[in-house]
Amino acid sequence: MTTRQKAMQWLAGILLAVGGFLMVLPFLWMILSSFKPETEFARFPPTLWPETFTLGNFVELFGRMNFGVYLRNTLIIVFFSFIGMFLNAMAGFGFAKYRFRGRDPLFYLVLATLMIPGQVTMIPVYLILNKMGLTNTMTGIILPSLVGAFAIFLFRQFMSTIPDELLEAMRLDGAGEFRIFLQIALPVSASVLAVQGILTFIAGWNSFIWPLIIANDENLYTLSVGLQLLKGQYGSNYGLQMAGSSFMVVPILIVFLIFQRYIMDNYTISGIK
Amino acid sequence: MKIFTPRSAPYLFIAPALILLFLFSLLPIVIALVISFTDMDLAGLADYSNIRFVGFDNYADILRDASFVKAIGNTLFYVVFGVPFVILFSLSVALLINFGKSRVFDVFRAAFYMPSVTNVVAVAVVWSYLYNPSLGLFNTILNAVGLPGVRWLQDPVIAKISLIILALWRAIGLNMLIFLAAIKGIPKTYYEAAQLDGAGTWKQIRYITVPLLKFAIFFVTVTTLIGWLQFFEEPFVMTDGGPLEGTMSVALFVYKNGFQFSEFGYAAAGSFILFFAIIVLTLLQFKLQRHED
Repeated sequence: MTTRQKAMQWLAGILLAVGGFLMVLPFLWMILSSFKPETEFARFPPTLWPETFTLGNFVELFGRMNFGVYLRNTLIIVFFSFIGMFLNAMAGFGFAKYRFRGRDPLFYLVLATLMIPGQVTMIPVYLILNKMGLTNTMTGIILPSLVGAFAIFLFRQFMSTIPDELLEAMRLDGAGEFRIFLQIALPVSASVLAVQGILTFIAGWNSFIWPLIIANDENLYTLSVGLQLLKGQYGSNYGLQMAGSSFMVVPILIVFLIFQRYIMDNYTISGIK
Repeated sequence: MKIFTPRSAPYLFIAPALILLFLFSLLPIVIALVISFTDMDLAGLADYSNIRFVGFDNYADILRDASFVKAIGNTLFYVVFGVPFVILFSLSVALLINFGKSRVFDVFRAAFYMPSVTNVVAVAVVWSYLYNPSLGLFNTILNAVGLPGVRWLQDPVIAKISLIILALWRAIGLNMLIFLAAIKGIPKTYYEAAQLDGAGTWKQIRYITVPLLKFAIFFVTVTTLIGWLQFFEEPFVMTDGGPLEGTMSVALFVYKNGFQFSEFGYAAAGSFILFFAIIVLTLLQFKLQRHED
C-alpha cells in the first residue's frame, strides 16, 4: 500500500468511527442510565457514567411492574412465530418442488400480498378477529403476523435448487412426502433457516402493534406494550424507563452480535444486485 | 392411512400459509374497500344492521378534513427529506465500509446495523430522553459548547426533523446491507481494468461502482419511498402526532381514526387514499427507471 492509500484508509476509518459512535451512543446512554438511581437523573449536567451503581430499577420492573408477565407473553409469541416460520418453509417447499394446478397464479397471489400496506389491512383484520371472537386473546395476537410472503419467497427460491433426483430416490425408498420435507428439504435449507430463524426471533420479540390493538387485558401485554405503558405512566422515572428499554434491547443485541454473519448473508441470498 | 400422497402433498404444504394470507392480507383488502363506502363505527361493530352505505361521502369528507390535509403535508415533508437522506447516508456508509481493508470495518458494519434490530418502543423511550429539553443529552451537549438548547419535540417543524433524524438512525443499517451486497456483486476485473488505465479511487467509485449500483439504488429508493409514505411508528410512539398535529402522518391519522375514534369507515377511506398514492408513486418510479434505460 502506498502512503496515499494508507492515509485514505485511515480517513475512511475515522469517518466511520465517528459515525459508528453516534449510532451506538443512544445504546450506551440507555444501558449506563439504567444503573443510575432515580435521584441522579435530576443532576445537572447529567452524568454519563453512573456515580452510584444500582440494580434497583430492574428489581422494580419485576416487582412493581408486571415485567415477568410481559416477558412470558413475549416468549409465547416468539415460540409461535417459529411455528409460523415452519409453515412458511412448508409453503416454500410446496411451491418449489411440485407441479400442480394453479401453482403459478397462487404464487403470484402470495407475492402480491407484499405490496399491501399495513394500514389498509389493520382495521379489517381487527374486524375479522372481532367476528371470530379472538380479540383480547393470545390467538388473536399471534395469528395476523404468523406467516409472511417474503419468507415463503425466500424458502421457495432456495428449495428450488434441491435436485429432483434426490426427492425421487427418497420416494423409491418408500418415504412419505412429509418425511421428505423434514429429512431433505429442511436440512438442505439450513442457511435460510438460520437467517429466517434470527429474523423471526427479532420480529417476535419486538412485536408491538398487534398486541397493542388486540390485548385489552394487561395479562396479555408483551414487553413492548408494557414498555409503552411504562412510558405513559412513569414518564418522569427515567431510571425505570431506561431499565425497561435495556431489558428489551440487550437480548436482541446479543443475539444479533452472535449471529450477525447470517443476517448479513441474507442479502446475498435474496439476490439483490 | 397416508394424507400426504404425492398428489395431495403440494396442496397440504401450501394450505396453512395460504389460508392465513387469505384471511389476514387478501380478504382485508376487500373488506377495507367495502367499509370505506359505509359509516361503519362502534355501533356498526356491535350490530351490522346499523351500518349504512354512504357512497363516496367518506372520501369527499376526508379530503376536506383539515387534519387529513395537514397529515398529507407532513407526510410529503417526511418523504422529500427522508428518502434522499436515507439513500445518501446508507450508500456513503456502504462505500466507506467496502473501501476499508481492515477487520475493524466489520465492527463498524455491526455498529451501523444495530439500530435496525431494536424495538421501536425502546428506541422511543431512549430518544425521548435524549431529546428532553432540560435533562436530555443533546441539549446538554449544545449548552456545554455555548449554544442554546433546541426544542426538539416541542416545535411543530423541528419535531418533524427530529423524527426524521430518529428514523434515519433506524433505517441506515438495513439499506447499507443491501448496498454492500450489491457492491460485492460487482466483478473485481472491472476495477483492475480501471486501475490499469490509471483511474484513482474516486474515479472508480464515480464511474464503476455507482453506475453499476443503479438497480440497488432504484430498489432502495422504491422501498424507502413506500416506507416513508407509511411513516407511522416513530410519530405514534414519540409524539402521538403532536405538537399541534405537526408530526401527524397519513398512516397515523388512519390508525387514530380507526382505533381511537372507532370511525372504521372513515379510516378505511383514508387508508385507500394512501394505498392509491403508494401505487401511483411506485408506478411512476418504474416508468422513470425504464425511461432512463
